[in-house]
Amino acid sequence: MESAIYLRRRAANGLALGLSVCATVLGLLFLAWILWVTLQQGIGAIDWKLFTKITAYGAEGGLANAIVGSLVMDVMALAICAPIGVAAGTFLAEYANRTKLGATIRFLNDILLSAPSIVLGLFVYVIVVLPMSKLTGGAVSFSGFAGAVALALIGLPVIVRTTDEMLQLVPGTLREAALSLGVPQWKLTVQVLMRAATSGIVTGVLLALARLAGETAPLLFTAFGNNFMTAHPFDKMESLPVAIYQYTNDPNPALHAIAWAGALLITLFVLGLSLATRLFLRRHRSPND
Amino acid sequence: MTSNNKFRLLALAAMLALGTAAAHATDITGAGSSFVYPVISKWSAAYAAKTGNHVNYQSIGSGGGIAQIKAGTVDFGASDMPLDAATLAKFGLGQFPDVIGGIVPAYHVAGIAPGKLVLDGPVLAKIFLGQITSWSDPAIAALNPDIALPNAKITVVHRSDGSGTTFNFSDYLSKVSPEWKAKVGEGTAVNWPTGIGGKGNEGVSAYVKQIPNSIGYVEYAYALQNHIGYARMKNAAGKVVQPNTASFQAAAATADWAHAKNFDLLMTNAPGADAWPITATSWVIMYRQPKHAANAKVAFEFFRYAYTEGKSAAAALDYVPLPDSLVKQIEGYWKTEFKQ
Amino acid sequence: MSSNPAIAVSNVDQRSRRDARRDALFRRLLKACALLVLAALLGAALSTLWGGREVLFGQGLHFLTSDAWNPVTGDYGALAPVFGTLVTSLIALLLAVPVSFGIALFLTEIAPAWLRGPVSTAIELLASIPSIIYGMWGLFVFVPFMARIEPALSDTLGRIPLLGKLFQGPPLGLGLLTAGIVLAVMVLPFICSVMREVFQTVPVRLKESAYALGSTTWEVVWDIVLPYTRSAVIGGIFLGLGRALGETMAVTFVLGNAYSITSSLLMPGTTISSSIANEFNEAVGTHRSALIALGFLLFVVTFVVLLIARLMLRRLARREGA
Repeated sequence: MESAIYLRRRAANGLALGLSVCATVLGLLFLAWILWVTLQQGIGAIDWKLFTKITAYGAEGGLANAIVGSLVMDVMALAICAPIGVAAGTFLAEYANRTKLGATIRFLNDILLSAPSIVLGLFVYVIVVLPMSKLTGGAVSFSGFAGAVALALIGLPVIVRTTDEMLQLVPGTLREAALSLGVPQWKLTVQVLMRAATSGIVTGVLLALARLAGETAPLLFTAFGNNFMTAHPFDKMESLPVAIYQYTNDPNPALHAIAWAGALLITLFVLGLSLATRLFLRRHRSPND
Repeated sequence: MTSNNKFRLLALAAMLALGTAAAHATDITGAGSSFVYPVISKWSAAYAAKTGNHVNYQSIGSGGGIAQIKAGTVDFGASDMPLDAATLAKFGLGQFPDVIGGIVPAYHVAGIAPGKLVLDGPVLAKIFLGQITSWSDPAIAALNPDIALPNAKITVVHRSDGSGTTFNFSDYLSKVSPEWKAKVGEGTAVNWPTGIGGKGNEGVSAYVKQIPNSIGYVEYAYALQNHIGYARMKNAAGKVVQPNTASFQAAAATADWAHAKNFDLLMTNAPGADAWPITATSWVIMYRQPKHAANAKVAFEFFRYAYTEGKSAAAALDYVPLPDSLVKQIEGYWKTEFKQ
Repeated sequence: MSSNPAIAVSNVDQRSRRDARRDALFRRLLKACALLVLAALLGAALSTLWGGREVLFGQGLHFLTSDAWNPVTGDYGALAPVFGTLVTSLIALLLAVPVSFGIALFLTEIAPAWLRGPVSTAIELLASIPSIIYGMWGLFVFVPFMARIEPALSDTLGRIPLLGKLFQGPPLGLGLLTAGIVLAVMVLPFICSVMREVFQTVPVRLKESAYALGSTTWEVVWDIVLPYTRSAVIGGIFLGLGRALGETMAVTFVLGNAYSITSSLLMPGTTISSSIANEFNEAVGTHRSALIALGFLLFVVTFVVLLIARLMLRRLARREGA
């Protein structure tokens, strides 16, 4: 039993598992470190003012308009990119898995993933902001809507990628079983495959949200920013990342504290949403899963 | 044609369905220079409280400000670089200064308190050219006979992002050092011969604070807020001056505005005896014949407010309000050049 | 159930025709969405090509081969940003892939059930921190930290012949290595989430049979789980690579932003996206065109990097198939 090979295998196993625990601790350590710094710097600025006053008042103000703007734009962006992304990912996995078109789109999607966000912002400036300005005689130019389109472009490839991967991992037997029962393909896709891959797809959507919620560069030329309160999608709109960006470049330390508090809010927002989704998924998970 | 119209109708209908945007008397929009962002925000809040008109200013950078005013997406732009007469004429634009600020060399050398070190233009240029590499260099020692300078290597810190601060700083070095002018020149971003780049005033301040024996340049307010050392400078008149409100104002007052068409003038290396040599302003850029006359009217009222009641707010943020003579000249310029 | 078999048949017929119609419609809808992704990328890439035409076609090859970057004289070369982009992304992947794999392994095979939820949420949380916060944390906390450990790096790793060159230089704390580490932390949750998700999809039967044959946990993961999920794992790595290549704010704060190509990882450098983010706001004319041309170049660089990765994978697959 206690042969050299066995010992070596056990040692390798122990080493790998030990390293794996170390990796986890390392990851958590960095998270704790960054969160701790954010908390330490931002906690002083977290008060009622932060949620009730607008950025127009600077250090005496809060982030109310930025919070509203971020919520509006993030929700709009997800509403745009989640359905399109899931549909496109489904097309890749279920209809175009081994076709040239599928391979091409998959490849280009990976490139879109790394497109610098400022470039995507400029693109949206050209295809949304300028035409709108022309169309309305300058009454509407930069807008929350344009910002949402830019953010959607950032989230889109993440959702496409993850949906595609997750659907491909649904066992073929599930497909065959459903098809042999005479279930039409669209029903198979929507009711069987997507349900099987829900948790993965949701992870993708959350990753997309996490990525787009913190973006600054694409918003400068699309949503522009607004020191006053608005929830109108065709107004110029403030957002948390843009407010953070402006405040960190100000000499006033009180504004730095508000910026850190804003960062904390974004992090908590994404955390809360991902916790809520996970809870929801767990409750609705079918027992035979 | 018809499909275009249909689309236009559809878009308009969609926007109307969501309710019209304007909820206040007048909302006007400005964009550009980040140098003036803190003070314009301050003015904007006070002006909104007083008149109900909203001035929404965003610091997207001078380049962005110029591009947006040309595209007609904003009511005014703000730039750290003045536009030349030809460009102004071509696009039907006019420009005028808004507020004044100072740029200071910031250093981190153990044992030398803020405001103690003395530098002059040529030495500063040589440091940023990478030719003076040690704090104990005779050229620095000659300017500071009473200070024990360490025999340590100088780390140069500059801005990594394009900025009006860099533009004015490099313009000053070009004026005082022919070699700098030939090798590097002036611009919002230049090809730095040496050193590391920090993003924003904030990045440069942080690096200067963290790296011993470093030197950089930041706007005056950042040096004060971050408690880093700032140098005194020997100015064009040969006098050593402290950076402060008085010396910034002296630079603005002695600059030859009267002969600068469209206020196209940089205040660096100003001739006054008490003038701080690296003093800067930014320019508001507007259409001479604005598309939205009502918005332009509010913009002029806003800047008139800034020049008068807004003075104390500017001073509180370590900016210097424009001297009265200059304000008078600007108001004359408004009357003759802009359709109001 | 139906008493008349003829009606039943036509019912089925009708239904299948309706299903076929819906299938076609559904398929077309999905395809349209997929083509939209295609259009988005082509649109973005073409708009950078158009915006950067002045420099791309005006300076031509010089733009690709020169390491000069002088906005004053209008002399632009992309070599230094391309170099910085590749080096920092490579460091990020070298660090993040094994760590992500370790965490995914921990979450799917080692951790007790009650610990899995909280830990995986925590790791995903790393992805939700805005990149400007990574930048601020990097600037105010991590750079000073690195400045303290870099002398130790130079004294140990720096002594190794050849490889040591990578770790020599003044201990400023900022530079390619620091940027690479910050990037690694940022891409880690992306790679890790996908790995964890796909590891969970491995059929329990497969794993159980291997365990039954006496395999250790490590062997099950290495020999069963990883091969089963390989393509998806690589997809996750691409996800991370994409983020690393395009990341801007965080890198800008810790990289030192110097247009130089150095052999030492402790020296400052620059990347394509940080150059754009740094200079775009104030740039006009040719300078702006050069920055947009850099954006186009990032599309090209990503294209080439992914192409190489694809080809390597195909070769690997062929060898295994043979």
